[in-house]
Amino acid sequence: MNMSSVPALVLLLLGGSGVAVADWIYVSNEKDDTISVIDTKSNEVVNTIDVGERPRGVTLSKDNKLLFICASDSDTVQVMDVATNKILFELPSGEDPEQFALHPNNKHLYIANEDDAIATVVDIESRTVIAQIDVGVEPEGMAVSHNGKWAIVTSETSNMAHWIDTERNEIVANTLVDQRPRDAEFNADDTELWVSSEIGGTVSIVDAETQLIKKVLNFEIPGISASRIQPVGMELTSDGKLAFIALGPANHVAVVDRSNYEVIEYILVGRRVWHLALTPDESRLYTSNGVSGDVTMVDVAKLKPVKTIKVGRFPWGLAVLPESAIPQ
Amino acid sequence: MLRFCVAVMILLSQSVYAKDTLTIPILYIEEEISRPPVLSRLVVWPEDEGVQGAQLGVDDNNTTGKFLNQEYQLQTLIVPEGDSIDAQFVEALAGSQGLVVANVSTDTLLRLSALPEAQDVLFFNALQSADELRSAACRSNVLHTMASRSMLSDALMQFYNFRKWRDVFLIEGTHEGDNAYAQALRRSAKKFGIKIRHDKKWLVNADIRRTAAQEIPAFTQARKYDALVVADEQRDFAPYLLYNTWLPRPMGGSAGLKPEVWSPVVEQWGAVQLQTRFNKLASRGMSGVDYANWAAVRSIGEAVTRTNSSDATVIRDYLLSDNFELAGFKGAALSYRAWNGQLRQPITLVHPEAVVATAPLAGFLHQTNELDTLGLDQSETQCKEF
Repeated sequence: MNMSSVPALVLLLLGGSGVAVADWIYVSNEKDDTISVIDTKSNEVVNTIDVGERPRGVTLSKDNKLLFICASDSDTVQVMDVATNKILFELPSGEDPEQFALHPNNKHLYIANEDDAIATVVDIESRTVIAQIDVGVEPEGMAVSHNGKWAIVTSETSNMAHWIDTERNEIVANTLVDQRPRDAEFNADDTELWVSSEIGGTVSIVDAETQLIKKVLNFEIPGISASRIQPVGMELTSDGKLAFIALGPANHVAVVDRSNYEVIEYILVGRRVWHLALTPDESRLYTSNGVSGDVTMVDVAKLKPVKTIKVGRFPWGLAVLPESAIPQ
Repeated sequence: MLRFCVAVMILLSQSVYAKDTLTIPILYIEEEISRPPVLSRLVVWPEDEGVQGAQLGVDDNNTTGKFLNQEYQLQTLIVPEGDSIDAQFVEALAGSQGLVVANVSTDTLLRLSALPEAQDVLFFNALQSADELRSAACRSNVLHTMASRSMLSDALMQFYNFRKWRDVFLIEGTHEGDNAYAQALRRSAKKFGIKIRHDKKWLVNADIRRTAAQEIPAFTQARKYDALVVADEQRDFAPYLLYNTWLPRPMGGSAGLKPEVWSPVVEQWGAVQLQTRFNKLASRGMSGVDYANWAAVRSIGEAVTRTNSSDATVIRDYLLSDNFELAGFKGAALSYRAWNGQLRQPITLVHPEAVVATAPLAGFLHQTNELDTLGLDQSETQCKEF
C-alpha cells in the first residue's frame, strides 16, 4: 500500500469522527522487554524502546513527562523520560510488580506485588517505600479514585477488591467479587467502582459509598463458549455513557450502555485482548491483544474495529500520551 | 495471632462482615505406599507429595481468611504402610469438623467413607483416579479433585483426533492400574473415533535399559500406525519406548505426551504464580497430586467464604450447586459434577519441558459444559448416590 494513502484511508473509515489527532500510545510487550510507540495519526509503530524484563503495567505521570513501567522480572518500576526515551531512575517496587496506579497528587504510586500478597506505596520524589500493605493472594488490579480518596487492589485468588484509605494507607473494607478479579476502574465522579472477574466471567459494579455490589454484568456472544468469555481490562468514558470491557480469549470487547447496564455491542479485536486505552478525546479505543501480538484501533462513534497494528510479543499495558505532550 | 485478629476486626467494614473468628480444621489423611521397583532412577515420587499441596491451599485460604476472620488449620494423619488407618481416623474425626482430604487407597476410601462415624463427613479424594469411584462405587460423601482415568484418556484421545492420528498401537503394562488405564484409553479411543489397530500387553520383565534398541522395534513391529499410546502408570518401561518403536511415531500416555492434572511446566493462565508459591513452600515442582490437594482445600475455602459456614453439609451442598466455581489457573472455572462429585477441570497435555495442548480442545462441544467432554458424563455414570 502506498504510505501516503494510509491517513486518507483511516480518515475515510473514521467518517465524521475523523479528527486527525496525533497522540502516542505506549504499549508494553511482555515477552520482548520493549515498549512500542504508536502514533495515532498514522496508526503505525514509530518507535520501539528497550526496557527492563517482562514489562507489564505502564502509566504516565500527571504532567505527562514521565512514563512508569512495571518491569516485573527485574523487580522494579522504571521511570522513563518521555522527552528522551531514557530510563532516568528506578523505583523500589517490591517483588514482581505487575500493575500500578498513580495517585492524583502525582507523588504516590500504588503497586501490586503479585508474588508477595502485598501492595507497595512508593513516594516518587524521595524514591522510597512509604507503606506496604498486606492484601489477598495474588494482588493484580490497581486503581486510585479521581478524588484521591481510595486506592483499590484486587486479589485474584482471594476474589476481593480491597479498599485502601490513602490517607492512612490501610485497608478499611473488602468487597468479595466473582472468581479471579483483574481490573478495577472508578467512574469519573468516583461513585462506582467497576471490577472485572476473569474466571467468573462477570463485571461487578460496586457502590463506592457502601462498598456493596449493586450490579453484576454478564456477557454472551453467540458461537463463543461461555468459558472463553474472560473479562480483563476496562475503560469508562468520562461522559458516563459507555464502558468498554476486554473479554480476553473471547477476542471481543464488550460495549456497555451505562444508562441501563446493557451490553449493546461486541467488537471483534485480536486474540486474547488484555487491556484498553481511550485517546484523550475518547474518539478511539486501542486494545492490546496478547496472543496475536497486535493492537486494534476501534472507532468509538461507530463501535467498529478499524485497524490492526503489529507490535511486539505479548502486548500487555497501554498508556496514552496526548498530542500536546509529545516531545518536539 | 490474637492481636492480629483484633486489628483485622477493626479494619473490616460494611462490605464484608467479621464476627468471631471462624476456625476451620481440615483433616489430611494419607497412607504411605511403597511402589514397585522401576527401571529408571529418575522416576521418583516425592515423599511429601500431596501434603504440600494441601498446605499451600491452607496458606492461600488464610491469606484471604485474615480479611474475613477465618482461620484454617491443617491436621495431618499419615500412617506407615501396612498399618490400619481406621481407628486413628475415627479418633482424629472427633477433633475435626468433618472436612477430610484423602490420599488413601481406593479400598480404604470406600471403607472409611462407609463408617457410621463418617456419614456427615465430606471427603475429597485427591489421589485415586479409579473410574469406579465416580460410577458404580461412588459415595455421596466423597468428592473427587483428582481427575479420573477417563478424563485423562479422553483428553489424550481428543488430541489424537485433533492431530488425525487415527490408527493407534496400544501397549498395556502389567502393574496395578495399567489395565484400568488401558481400558479407559480404549473407551476414549472409541469415543473420539480413534482405532486401536494393535493392542499388546507388555510382558518383558528383563532390564531393557541397554537392549531397548533391539527389543522395542521388534515388540512394536506392525505395518501401519499413526501413533502409540502406553499405559504404564508406574513409568516402569514406558520411558524406554520413546525413539525405539518400529515405526517412528509419536507416543502418548505414560511416556511422551502425558495427560496431567497439573505439571511444573504449566505457566499459562497465571499459573506461574501458583508454581512460584509452591516452589517456595516445597522446594520442588508441583505435581498433579499436589494440585488435587490444593484444589480440595481451596474448594473448602471458597465454600466457607461464600456460605459463611464451616459445616460439612452446608459446604457439600454449596460445592455441588450451580453457584460454586473455583479459579484454578487452568483458564476455565472449576466446578463439581452434580451426578458423581467429580471436579470438572481442564487436563493439560505435556512433555517434560512444555505444555503441548490443554483439553478440552477447541471444537469438542458439549450441550452444557465443554469440560464434560472429559470423563464420565451424566448419561454414562452408574453412580446413583448423588
